[in-house]
Amino acid sequence: MKYNYGTAICAAFEYILETYPEAFILGQGLWSPWYVGNSMTDLDKKFGTHRVIDTPVSELACTGAGVGAALAGMKPIVVHPRMDFMLYAMDAIVNQAAKWSHMVGGQAHPGVTIRAIINRGGEQGAQHSQALHAWFAHVPGLRVVMPATVADARDLLIASVVSRDPVMYIDDRWLYDLEDDLAPVEELDLAVQGPRCLREGRDLSLVAAGYSVRLALDAADRLSDKGISAEVIDLRVLNPFAPEAVVESVRKTGHLLAIDGGWRTCGIAGEVMASVAERGVSARMGRIALPDAPAPSSRVLEKAYYPTVDTIVATASRLLS
Amino acid sequence: MGGLADPSRFHQPIDIAGQDPAVLQGQLRAILAIRMAEQHLADMRRNGLIGGPVHLGVGQEAVAVGVSANLRASDRVFGAHRSHSHVLALGASLHGLFAEVLGKDTGLSRGMGGSMHLWDGPRGFYGSVPIVSGTVPLAVGAGLAAKLSGTDDVAVSYLGDGAVEEGAVHESMNLARVLQAPVLFVVENNFFASHMHIRLRQPLEYTARFASAHDMPCEVVDGNDVVAVNKAASRLVDHIRSGRGPAFLEAITFRWYGHVDWREDIDVGVNRSTEDLSNWRARDPLSRLTVAMEAAGCWSAGQHADLVEAIRKDVVDAWEKAMNDPYPQPAALLDRVYAR
Ligand SMILES: Cc1ncc(C[n+]2csc(CCOP(=O)(O)OP(=O)(O)O)c2C)c(N)n1
Ligand SMILES: [Mg+2]
Repeated sequence: MKYNYGTAICAAFEYILETYPEAFILGQGLWSPWYVGNSMTDLDKKFGTHRVIDTPVSELACTGAGVGAALAGMKPIVVHPRMDFMLYAMDAIVNQAAKWSHMVGGQAHPGVTIRAIINRGGEQGAQHSQALHAWFAHVPGLRVVMPATVADARDLLIASVVSRDPVMYIDDRWLYDLEDDLAPVEELDLAVQGPRCLREGRDLSLVAAGYSVRLALDAADRLSDKGISAEVIDLRVLNPFAPEAVVESVRKTGHLLAIDGGWRTCGIAGEVMASVAERGVSARMGRIALPDAPAPSSRVLEKAYYPTVDTIVATASRLLS
Repeated sequence: MGGLADPSRFHQPIDIAGQDPAVLQGQLRAILAIRMAEQHLADMRRNGLIGGPVHLGVGQEAVAVGVSANLRASDRVFGAHRSHSHVLALGASLHGLFAEVLGKDTGLSRGMGGSMHLWDGPRGFYGSVPIVSGTVPLAVGAGLAAKLSGTDDVAVSYLGDGAVEEGAVHESMNLARVLQAPVLFVVENNFFASHMHIRLRQPLEYTARFASAHDMPCEVVDGNDVVAVNKAASRLVDHIRSGRGPAFLEAITFRWYGHVDWREDIDVGVNRSTEDLSNWRARDPLSRLTVAMEAAGCWSAGQHADLVEAIRKDVVDAWEKAMNDPYPQPAALLDRVYAR
């Protein structure tokens, strides 16, 4: 059946709410047809407002409540319609959820799923644009996933909810129109998911997560017109980070271009490069990331701010020349 | 709340007894200018000339105008996502606002912020941001700074009924009270946080209860009555300036547009009926003031028409100029991240 990225997320929620009576969703905008695109349409009507709860403007309380409900045996999903709003909940995420299992000797695990949406562009500016996946990937105890395909949008969300660990599931509004067919659901074990090759190539490895994977795939098309064969690796899971597939790819191609929708300094692109380098793979490397500046609002600056397929093609060509 | 939450009430002209006609005329001008500026922004957003979101406060203008009557340029005012009225009521340039909304280098924030991030330091507008309640603790700090420097300047924190659901607001109120920081918390209670009515978010539909929890003086007023807002703000600002600590003003009001942009029928809320909206439109801060002034003989239909025409010209001129202004240079992206 045809889905897009947004309706695939919705399908995951339907599966979860149907399959697991202990699952419930908490977040802002869940009773609004406008807030979270087409990714949660009518869930409140199908499953009831007691399981699909629209909340006060209280990110910390809602996230902390998700952690607590998980400790009490539920499978809560806390939805933040914008990752920027979630920053009020940093304590619940970083100090509480991520540390709990370890702090109590592995005897209790807050299996909460926190859905953080990257929602940028449209001249919204500095506080409505952030892609902070690298921050969260830095925190041990927190699984961080970033689906780039329609199938992963559904299947990694289900895997996140089924996982007994706290998971940050990060989706990107720029992907919502992406279309694909989906097979019937099969639950995945998140613990064994990791980077995956989406397109094979010989000359260069393009490595990315989330929306940047789409840019990489489009760039690979354009590069093949120029006679360059690019491999595309979709990172999928940023924490715990398992770089083997990336390392193997770069060992083969000898060239790595890491592409990230987050800031350059201390970002995921740097982690990818370091992981390859420290395994003794000699390769020419480059990265494309956001400039180290907050998102501007002015349309001309916004255009200069975000990486594009053109940037990737140009950088890749330079790397190979 | 004396029935203030019932939109079928308070449609009659406001009480202007004892008010200086010149002051009233200034307030009328300010309300009308904000109204027309925002309606212009709504039109320009609709026709696509504005690329980013605009959160319009049409219907709420009397709050900022009444509060600002008690402020001076050395005070410190902070706003949020719906702050055009807050900055304009302090006397900010219409052109500066328009240019900012268009992302131009001549804008209030030099084109770096857009509608949701406004700044006019020289007029005491320290900033507005869209993270709900983000500036509330900052206002406490700016108030505390005034106190530490030995001035009697005050800080004003504009926030919404949704913002009081953030823990940061309660920490801020407690901190301000325990440090006796000179801060006026102004809640513009329009009963909605984007699509959600306050009854779906809080046990009660007024927020003034938080003032008693934090032991500070409080007034609840008809936010669509500029005289009532001005009087209440005056009492509270006097209290604060005289060194007796923070205070809280709850202004009951309503926004006529949806949460964001120009439409009335989208993103307006699961509980917002057209009947409520037309009732709220009848509690219009502008017409209730003009009718009262006309009845008192200090305003006329002719004067009103002239004023509308003058403001229309200001709006058009400011817009044309802003449209022709340059965008920031590409270097602004990195040049403005750190102090230079
Ligand atoms: C921390 C945070 N959470 C959520 C949002 C989304 N949001 C933007 S405005 C708004 C409603 C705010 O309501 P209120 O404070 O009453 O202000 P009003 O819009 O009525 O002026 C919400 C929830 C946000 N911008 N920031
Ligand atoms: Mg409100």
